[in-house]
Amino acid sequence: MEALAYLIPISLFLGGVGLVAFFWTMKSRQYDDPEGDRHRILRDDYDDKPKR
Amino acid sequence: MAYADPIHPAACPACIAVPDTGDVARHEQAPIERPRIALSLPGIHCAGCISGVERALFGVPGVADARVNLTLKRASVDAAPGVSADRLIDVLAGAGYEAHELDATALSATETDRGGRDLAMRLAVAFFANMNVMLLSVSVWAGAADATRDMFHWLSGAIAIPAVIFAGVPFYRSAWSALRAGRLNMDVPISLALVLALALSLWETRASGHHAYFDAALSLVFFLLLGRYLDHKTRASARSAAEELTALEVPKAWRVEDGEEVEVYAAELAPGDTVRVRPGGRVPVDGRIVEGSSEIDRSLMTGESLPVYAGPGHAVSAGEVNLTGPLSLTVTAAGRETALHRIADLVAVAEAGRANYNSLADRAARAYAPVVHFLALAAFGAWMWISGGDLRLSLNIAVATLIITCPCALGLAVPAVTAAASGRLFRQGLLIKDGTALERLAEVDTVVFDKTGTLTMGAPVPEDFGDLPETERAVAFRLAQASAHPLSRALAIAAAEGGIAPAPVEDIREVPGYGVEGRLGDVPVRLGRAAWVGATAATSTATYLRLGNGVPHAIRFVDGPRPGATEAVAALRAAGKRIALVSGDNCAAVDAFASRIGIEETLSEALPEDKAAYVQRLAENGHKVLMVGDGLNDTAALAAAHVSLSPSSALDAARVASDIVLLGQSLAPLAEALRTAVKARGRIKENFTISTIYNIVAVPIALLGFATPFAAALAMSTSSITVSLNALRVR
Repeated sequence: MEALAYLIPISLFLGGVGLVAFFWTMKSRQYDDPEGDRHRILRDDYDDKPKR
Repeated sequence: MAYADPIHPAACPACIAVPDTGDVARHEQAPIERPRIALSLPGIHCAGCISGVERALFGVPGVADARVNLTLKRASVDAAPGVSADRLIDVLAGAGYEAHELDATALSATETDRGGRDLAMRLAVAFFANMNVMLLSVSVWAGAADATRDMFHWLSGAIAIPAVIFAGVPFYRSAWSALRAGRLNMDVPISLALVLALALSLWETRASGHHAYFDAALSLVFFLLLGRYLDHKTRASARSAAEELTALEVPKAWRVEDGEEVEVYAAELAPGDTVRVRPGGRVPVDGRIVEGSSEIDRSLMTGESLPVYAGPGHAVSAGEVNLTGPLSLTVTAAGRETALHRIADLVAVAEAGRANYNSLADRAARAYAPVVHFLALAAFGAWMWISGGDLRLSLNIAVATLIITCPCALGLAVPAVTAAASGRLFRQGLLIKDGTALERLAEVDTVVFDKTGTLTMGAPVPEDFGDLPETERAVAFRLAQASAHPLSRALAIAAAEGGIAPAPVEDIREVPGYGVEGRLGDVPVRLGRAAWVGATAATSTATYLRLGNGVPHAIRFVDGPRPGATEAVAALRAAGKRIALVSGDNCAAVDAFASRIGIEETLSEALPEDKAAYVQRLAENGHKVLMVGDGLNDTAALAAAHVSLSPSSALDAARVASDIVLLGQSLAPLAEALRTAVKARGRIKENFTISTIYNIVAVPIALLGFATPFAAALAMSTSSITVSLNALRVR
């Protein structure tokens, strides 16, 4: 039973990380163009960093 | 936003200049950015296209940023003020990509789908909290007792209370506004159940009781939010497609300033200005012709398929198309003052009447909400009496009743079906603009069609050209090639298909508003209007050809039917619908066309009011009318009908007035759409039946006090899942 004392916080923390990650993807508009992003990741133009 | 209220006058002069920027302009005094140019790219489909388009756009001097959105098939360009959309379109055409300018102001709602993001956020929170609380609850159901159970309840509460408060905001808001207006809607029992469940569970937990409903409250919020989100997505995607159609027509005009023509937005024009309208262009304002003569196509306004002559002194109105010669107009009315806009205003008034339509969901909610409240209250009262004043027990049972009867499946019943059916229809080329349009479409028993531009393509085809002698045909071909008039173009296409070589006609000259003349050897030849050529006018659409002093020949034209029109009419007839044709065109043309396509009931030479009156008369006789039309003269009838449909080639005002827009050219999907609508309504009713059955089984259990949080969770999830799966069968 003592295991619960750290297992529950850990599971809540991990779930929370997922939730925050979802918020971040939403805030940075990553769902605006799923079709385009799917293709962009494979294109062979050279770029130093992904364009906004 | 694109088809927001045309009635309310704009509050500031700038709002008139920039048609309707919706929320962005009103609520958010955003830092003034320079407007990005929006382009529609219907042809792009692959990674190569993205690179190609962006590289081409970056190659234009003055372009600071260009971003392609492949999902929406659009590009958004940040460019210096000097760079025009036309320049970018030319560059893209050079690189092999078809592009069209989009009116960025009409796209506001698509760009900032804030409502959708907000719902998704709440949905994510509800999901996260629900999963964690469910895990804790499973251990309680599995037999955790005493201190462990209490700890799990406290933990569940700590997660559930903030989550329910945050995720349930859309329901509290809607319930509050309903209560303030003295009404009951679906959200009132939902909000009440949520608040009571949380309060009671907290009390139970403090008293280290056995049952806490934290998990039930969270599942309730999660499933209901899922329904809301589906509903929102369906409507948002329809709105985005409708906006794109509107945005494709950027209203521009050529204003004469100090003898020079300057391109301006039509909204900037004022009475007294002089504008030029080129052949082939749509008249942007109401005005009087000061210079030039031409023929005017008013078919979108009146349904008349015959072009009419227009010369100095004639009045023209916005929406008409100038065919042959350049015209100069003095503006008499612009923007909201034009006849076109005044009719659009009338439509908005007529539409307000339709808002009274009671959807199935409304009717269900109206019957349901009072019953739920009454049952819960009755259970509370009865148990207080039976147990001799045991408040805790009575409250427990009342809350269990509220939660179990809560319209979880009811909240999913309609949106899940509508989302599936709209998706199916969209793939067939039909855009459902209005939420209740599907239900209304399912009730239709009479279909009223407009002729010109709806059942026909609005493009003429020569009827008896092959009967002319060979020389005449060759001359007509050569003369027709010289003009951009639709009849000439149709003639030239037919002649080219017939394998005719053009005659060597010299000195060809187009006389705007009259026709084309030239010289074949020594013989003067003319192709054009009856009076100009020296012929007597026929009753149907025709052009006339005369060689020297010979007998004038009439070349008659018929309006070709829209692809799929015959099939659609036949299928509707087979489905037992009454079909009628109403048109502003003359009797002969309408009857000839009706008999060809297989419609018996006709009304010809109908004014816009006649059409609307015709539809209203049918409605008064108890018919549910589907009106299909494309012109300004149809808008009043479109708005008066039970449900209305227009092709995407229709005038903007007509598309705004209709519930459904046909995206492709063919009318064939129409009959299929009616079938899908009937099927969808059937599924919605089935869903209501399913959730009612769950309630009939569950309510007695709850009322008798046997409902546990476990039973509530089970009933809620199974009913929601059954309803969603049933909805998917519409696909």
